[in-house]
Amino acid sequence: MSAISSPASRVWWKQPLDRVEGMWIAIAFVWCMVMFFMMPYWHVVGKQNLSNEAYRTTPEAFTAKTQAMVDKFKVREETDLKVPVVRPPAGSDVYLIARLWQWWPMLELEEGKTYRLHLASMDWLHGFSLQPENINIEVHPNYEHVITLTPTKAGTYSIICNEYCGINHHTMASRLYVVKGN
Amino acid sequence: MAVNRMFRTCPSTGLVYHEAAEKLIRWNAVAGVVALLFGGILALLVTATRWQAIHLLPPDWFYLVLTAHGLNMLVFWIIFFEIAVLYFAASVLLKCRLATPRWAWAGFWLMILGALMNNVAVFRGDSSVMFTSYAPMGAHPAFYLGLILFAVGALIACFVFFGTLVVGRNEKTYNGSVPLVTFGAVTAAIIAVFTIASGAIILIPTFLWSVGLVDHIDSLMYRTVWWAFGHSSQQINVAAHVSVWYAIAAIVFGAKPMSEKVSRTAFLLYICFLQLASAHHLLADPGLTSNWKIFNTSYAMYLAVLASMVHGLTVPGAIEVAQREKGFNSGLFEWLRKAPWSNPAFSSMFISLIGFGFLGGISGVMMGTEQLNLIIHNTIYVPGHFHATVVIGTTLAFMGLTYFLIPTLFRREVMFPAMAKWQPYLFGLGMCGFSLFMMGAGTLGVPRRHWDISFAGNALGHEFPGTAWLMMALMGIFGLAAIVGGAMYLINTVGSVFFGKKIETPGFVHVKAKDGAAPPWQPVAVAITGHGPSIGTAGFVAPGTFLLAMVFLISFVLYYFVNWKYLSTVWPLS
Ligand code: HEM
Ligand SMILES: [Cu+2]
Ligand SMILES: [Cu+2]
Repeated sequence: MSAISSPASRVWWKQPLDRVEGMWIAIAFVWCMVMFFMMPYWHVVGKQNLSNEAYRTTPEAFTAKTQAMVDKFKVREETDLKVPVVRPPAGSDVYLIARLWQWWPMLELEEGKTYRLHLASMDWLHGFSLQPENINIEVHPNYEHVITLTPTKAGTYSIICNEYCGINHHTMASRLYVVKGN
Repeated sequence: MAVNRMFRTCPSTGLVYHEAAEKLIRWNAVAGVVALLFGGILALLVTATRWQAIHLLPPDWFYLVLTAHGLNMLVFWIIFFEIAVLYFAASVLLKCRLATPRWAWAGFWLMILGALMNNVAVFRGDSSVMFTSYAPMGAHPAFYLGLILFAVGALIACFVFFGTLVVGRNEKTYNGSVPLVTFGAVTAAIIAVFTIASGAIILIPTFLWSVGLVDHIDSLMYRTVWWAFGHSSQQINVAAHVSVWYAIAAIVFGAKPMSEKVSRTAFLLYICFLQLASAHHLLADPGLTSNWKIFNTSYAMYLAVLASMVHGLTVPGAIEVAQREKGFNSGLFEWLRKAPWSNPAFSSMFISLIGFGFLGGISGVMMGTEQLNLIIHNTIYVPGHFHATVVIGTTLAFMGLTYFLIPTLFRREVMFPAMAKWQPYLFGLGMCGFSLFMMGAGTLGVPRRHWDISFAGNALGHEFPGTAWLMMALMGIFGLAAIVGGAMYLINTVGSVFFGKKIETPGFVHVKAKDGAAPPWQPVAVAITGHGPSIGTAGFVAPGTFLLAMVFLISFVLYYFVNWKYLSTVWPLS
């Protein structure tokens, strides 16, 4: 009986397995388990795990914290829009605002040092996409996501937006500087 | 009104069509193909814009057209065709009258109305929110209302399908259990009901929000519930196109499932393990714990993955057994070499199977891994993955089925047989290249849904490496090849259905149900056996398929660990 007609027997669940099928199911099942264990395993030994630390926030509260950081640690301004570049001390909390259609401010971090990066959106969803490192994180309004990260190599990185956020989505790009310590 | 009990028997296939079901299957399939045609034109515009050497559309049109492409393809084309498949699997395969044809028509017109309303909203220009319409970005109320009406229509169709199963059982139009293909369709319909319920939970409040009756939609709540809907709907597609694979294997080869138990259990796994499959769309989101993510991606995913891996073996396995029993029994692959490669139903199905498994399946599981998601989330890798699943997998399988339906359902000859022969190759292989190059570009960080990766005029723009540009150009070229392949399908289908040579059946009549009812129940032999030891090698009835499966597994393992290796090189974060 083919697949488009009723099986020969009402009790289809009693039909024996073919050896090919049995072996494949066993192998595939083992592989599925391996893939499952990789995730907790990486939490234990791996160095790249997305932080679970997040808080409810509001655009006002988050802007206030970011502004305080900018006031304290601004080192210069860049582009016609005078986007401040801030260089907060190693190990500190740094803030990055995502809004239509800008990342604000620009951060200058020190190679090999660890920072607590706070991300939040002021309006719609945005996508934090760090290039060419290719680390991608969703940025929500009203959620403050705290990510502990360690830049490993000095250089000029880009932050682009990779969550569609309206007509100027493709213009939402910024920089992140990583400099050698002194 | 009297119940319509008129049937006809197709002289070439022996299939039995209920008059009302036949008409509904035709109309739903045609509506789907119209959506495919429209979505295909939009695909051309989108592709010619993302291929930046052409960069065809301005940004507002690009985002508008991309929204419309996603909706017309993923929602309207696929679901109209799926409803046709459901009615086929219930009414035709069970030789049973369709329950409540009037409700089925009501559902159909609601779906048409919803699809039109949604398209009008998008083309007005104030609803370029992509098919995901993530709040708090808002669209015109008609955008959501159109989708809701469409979903209600589809829900009605699911209940007509279930009703038909009940009719078949009560009127004893078939013996014993339903055929495997119908069983697969049942799983698809059950998942559809769950899907539409999740859709209602998210789209109704969003609609109310768009007209000002609800004042806040939380973005994380939206994404969680939206993907409970969006992901499960992909599970409908998988259940539907796997059923179509089994159907084509049965039609072309008379293949019988290797074991009904295995195939049916695998379908059941789809139902059991998808509830919170939305999790793997939220791996890069704040506010959810790793435990939640790991638990839901894996219990909800890996057993469904197991199910797909099982179907991936049993479908070609069944073909191999059927071919070996016909005498193509030598070596490992004679059965495959001697397969009817110029029959478009078969070639579509086979390319669909291979492409879905190797490209769509492997990439999907990789992306759905909690940590690995970090290095591809929202890059163009993602559309690369789902064009492999939903275009090579679902769409191509449906195309293959169409070649079978044109003569038996529409009673027309295929107008351009030579074109039909080549179409699956051009479309399938074009799409394979297209998906692969998208994945390649995504690995290099190219974002999805992005009008200009050159960031022209932007002082802070990012410069993508030359390889990424090359990948995007190759994506454009292969995309255009696939579009030509798609156009060949459309020309042939529309041409044949409306203008093809009619297949006349002398003495054709519709007969009353009584004459067409199932033969009386025959008790079967008590002993249920597997396949005889006469075919295959070393106790393996399908050694060729097993070898292919091992090749698949090795590719899977290698690719999976290569990505872990790549992840281990990016900045530490926790
Ligand atoms: C020859 C055929 C096709 C080509 C060349 C094509 C091309 C494309 C391109 C270039 C994109 C844009 C990717 C981006 O910028 O993010 C896209 C998006 C998409 N396509 Fe296709 N496509 C084709 C067929 C299909 C089919 C048959 C389906 C569904 C069954 C489909 C579903 C989608 C969806 C859901 C999106 C995502 C829209 C979004 O991001 O909101 N496509 N397609
Ligand atoms: Cu943005
Ligand atoms: Cu954006």
